[in-house]
Amino acid sequence: MQVSRRQFFKICAAGVSSSSLAVMGFSPGTALAEAREFKLSRATETRNTCPYCSVGCGILMYSLGDTSKNAKSEIIHIEGDPDHPVNRGTLCPKGAGLLDFIHSPNRLKYPEVREAGSNEWKRISWDAALTRIARHMKADRDKNFVARTDDGLTVNRWLTTGFLAASAASNESGYLTHKVVRNLGILAVDNQARV
Amino acid sequence: MTNHWVDIKNANVIVIMGGNAAEAHPCGFKWVTEAKAHNKARLIVVDPRFTRSAAVSDYYAPIRSGSDIAFLGGMINYLLTHDKIQHEYVKKYSDATFLVHGDYDFGDGLFSGYDEETRSYDKTSWSYQKGADGFVLADETLQNPRCVFNLMKQHYSRYTPEMVSRITGTPKEQFLHVCEMIAETAAPNKTTTFLYALGWTQHSIGSQNIRTMAMIQILLGNMGMAGGGINALRGHSNIQGLTDLGLLSNTLPGYMTLAGEKEQDFGTFLASRALKPLRPGQMSYWQNYPKFHISLMKSWYGDAATRENNWCYDWLPKLDKVYDVLQVFEMMHQGKMNGYFAQGFNPLASFPNKAKIGAALARLKYLVVIDPLATETSEFWKNFGEFNDVDPSGIQTEVFRLPSTCFAEEEGSLVSSSRVMQWHYKGADAPGEARNDAEIMAGLFLRLREMYKQEGGAFPDAILNTAWPYRIPDNPSPEELAKELNGKALTDLLDPKDPARVLVKAGEQLASFAQLRDDGSTASGCWIFSGAWSQAGNLMERRDNSDPSGLGNTLNWAYAWPANRRIIYNRASCDPSGKPWDPKRKVVGWDGSKWAGNDIPDFSLDSPPEAGMGPFIMNPEGVARLFAVDKMAEGPFPEHYEPFETPIDTNPLHPRVVSNPAARVFKGDMEAFGKAAEFPYVGTTYRLTEHFHYWTKHAKLNAILQPEQFVEIGEDLAKAKGISAGDRIKVSSNRGHIVAVAVVTKRIRMLDVDGRKVHTVGIPIHWGFKGVAKNGYLANTLTPFVGDANTQTPEFKSFLVNIEKA
Repeated sequence: MQVSRRQFFKICAAGVSSSSLAVMGFSPGTALAEAREFKLSRATETRNTCPYCSVGCGILMYSLGDTSKNAKSEIIHIEGDPDHPVNRGTLCPKGAGLLDFIHSPNRLKYPEVREAGSNEWKRISWDAALTRIARHMKADRDKNFVARTDDGLTVNRWLTTGFLAASAASNESGYLTHKVVRNLGILAVDNQARV
Repeated sequence: MTNHWVDIKNANVIVIMGGNAAEAHPCGFKWVTEAKAHNKARLIVVDPRFTRSAAVSDYYAPIRSGSDIAFLGGMINYLLTHDKIQHEYVKKYSDATFLVHGDYDFGDGLFSGYDEETRSYDKTSWSYQKGADGFVLADETLQNPRCVFNLMKQHYSRYTPEMVSRITGTPKEQFLHVCEMIAETAAPNKTTTFLYALGWTQHSIGSQNIRTMAMIQILLGNMGMAGGGINALRGHSNIQGLTDLGLLSNTLPGYMTLAGEKEQDFGTFLASRALKPLRPGQMSYWQNYPKFHISLMKSWYGDAATRENNWCYDWLPKLDKVYDVLQVFEMMHQGKMNGYFAQGFNPLASFPNKAKIGAALARLKYLVVIDPLATETSEFWKNFGEFNDVDPSGIQTEVFRLPSTCFAEEEGSLVSSSRVMQWHYKGADAPGEARNDAEIMAGLFLRLREMYKQEGGAFPDAILNTAWPYRIPDNPSPEELAKELNGKALTDLLDPKDPARVLVKAGEQLASFAQLRDDGSTASGCWIFSGAWSQAGNLMERRDNSDPSGLGNTLNWAYAWPANRRIIYNRASCDPSGKPWDPKRKVVGWDGSKWAGNDIPDFSLDSPPEAGMGPFIMNPEGVARLFAVDKMAEGPFPEHYEPFETPIDTNPLHPRVVSNPAARVFKGDMEAFGKAAEFPYVGTTYRLTEHFHYWTKHAKLNAILQPEQFVEIGEDLAKAKGISAGDRIKVSSNRGHIVAVAVVTKRIRMLDVDGRKVHTVGIPIHWGFKGVAKNGYLANTLTPFVGDANTQTPEFKSFLVNIEKA
């Protein structure tokens, strides 16, 4: 079927999205004068997985920036991955808002501390934050670690600090988290599967 | 899921109960509509609310929240009394024929062995009878009154349609109609699939809800079949993965478990987990446990783990009890905890009784929140008026908030509900100084290690010897970690049948967990993930979506654990002779010399059907358990117990034992349970299709879609209380209150339960005091501090509230 560029836009205006028409093979003929390119055609496409529920929908993220070292990428559009066997290009109302999660004004940008009794956050460096936390941990662990019980059982556990692990983190982060917390002797470990 | 999302299209009957896939898992739900459109499948929804899943169902039945075991137990009774079971499957693939211990008994709400003092059971009698050869005794004729089949029949004979209706509030005819529809799939070539989620787990009897359904699937012969199975629709993108990786108080990666403190001897520890077959000729795959465990220890400790030191067994912490979140917050509330980490987790919003959680956090010395977003937990100390009325100056907890990357800014793998491990890539840098979780953990660990190296301290051995072979130690890469999870050969692995032949060279990635060894020559961080990053590369990033069988298994799309298998227990999709029960939906089959087909066979590939090996190779029985032996806290057969806050003040089956007798209730919490006289309505929490937990209230588009907190009540209740749609109402429980807009709906109806009129109040959970949506109350202000007796998952789906105009 031959469709001119003008007819093509008319069909689109009738309420069908241009992308689905294109999928069906109704691409318009080449235009002699282009107004402008689709933004996405110059964007970088990156494949990812929706971080919300566990359907595991494939998504395509489009970012501006050519991925060179000094060019800062910014994600400008996200849509379902049409090749994905489960979601086949669709996204639900949750996933359709992913761009606004990435760019939420409530994204945290810097390590902060709220001192005891204070009513405000104070920005600190990563090194200061991690060192202070590690100091807290060591002090608590050294004081409360149970190597042996009173009746002589070897237990090597640390019960006064606990850890909740993130069910939206990758397997690789989750595994490293497990490796660290268990080897400190922590037993109060859980992830969202508990609730 | 034993099966997977796309496989739902192969079902004949789909039951959504204890979940609401259309709203909570919309893009997975498309496979339900696919089944309806192309497989003439029928959808049944059983739910207190007429959900959007119900709106497109073929049949909807209402049910009172917390009464699912009564419903499903009644269904078991129906299937047995109407002889609607898959006979050969039940006889050959379940423990129906096994004889049960002579002392096992059930009467007046309690199983044999109960100790009221400790609220627990001595489970000795919850076992099979064994013969002189050590194997379990069975009666192939099913005549012996002590065989599982007859005890099960007797147990559920009390669940008559009248009793079911009396407990659940489901009209009897509607209950029977659901039974009839499901019973049709007892035919060997028909399947029902069950889809469930938190609507089944968040009860004090959550695990047994699921077990009851699993028993039905065994009776119908649906496990292992395409279009069958038990399908948990999980709630986070990698909640499956973190469970697989053992990030729970009592587990290790790959469903291995930590030792209890009494298990001081390493040999006994392994032997009690490497279970020997209970019947002749069975595989009992967990016999390989030592290979998985020792390979994990080699991943964690490298050369420090030796046979002489029992592969560092003493270094692992030993349990005196399970430190689940309810236990931990109880301790924190008593001032017995000093530090706590919340990595991508918002406990103030997620755990029951917000007032208790906030008070507990206020007793910590330090709290560390690692998150991409500003969560309520990170500001539990700040006053947000009615939503969080606290005095910061009185809270001495030091709070650190560390920014982490989100999905779009990192690389790695996630495991979907289908058990499919999918690799994803980074699309942009994170804002500001945000770091990946792995980098943050490495930063903490290396600092601690340095401190222990310099200063010494309590038991530094495990810390100093943790294997840390990463190229950039303070930022291990996803590739390195994924390869460590898969595992590799540490020395040349020789073929045991031909020692001249090297199977895997030292340093090479393993092809599968079948190559793991218990002599320290292999390492693997999580045995069930083995194969995902083999010598052939990263199989999790495969993108071939071709589906030659038409079943939707797409074996070359990413990688499914275990062994890239898409439907587990798939040997059970064939009859004992190895022919598919349904030739049109062949998953695997015996071809005369081996097992093969449209999936990776879940079986010993060369074990011929006549050898009689059972299809449930992970069980020492070789078959599925209708009788759970000692695996469950409250009994080998599921029994209906009321929620701890029950609207009917009794249990019609046994008034003397109302709620789960084996559930753990802390001192003070029993008193905090409300009574129906004061709080007459059933409160139940749920999720909306426009929001994801407490995250999307930070995303503008979702905040626009559902900006303001509301609760949903039925028309009868609204009329009785003089409430109109749009009024602000106060919902109270014995622990606190919330105020929200009333949505008056036909979707929640009044039910007749045990002679009473029971109303339900629906409470969506998505609001809080941080975000771009309108601030609201954390719904967990209302919920009770009690969990399932096995998992301690809190009872968020069924509690008591009162309502009034605000």
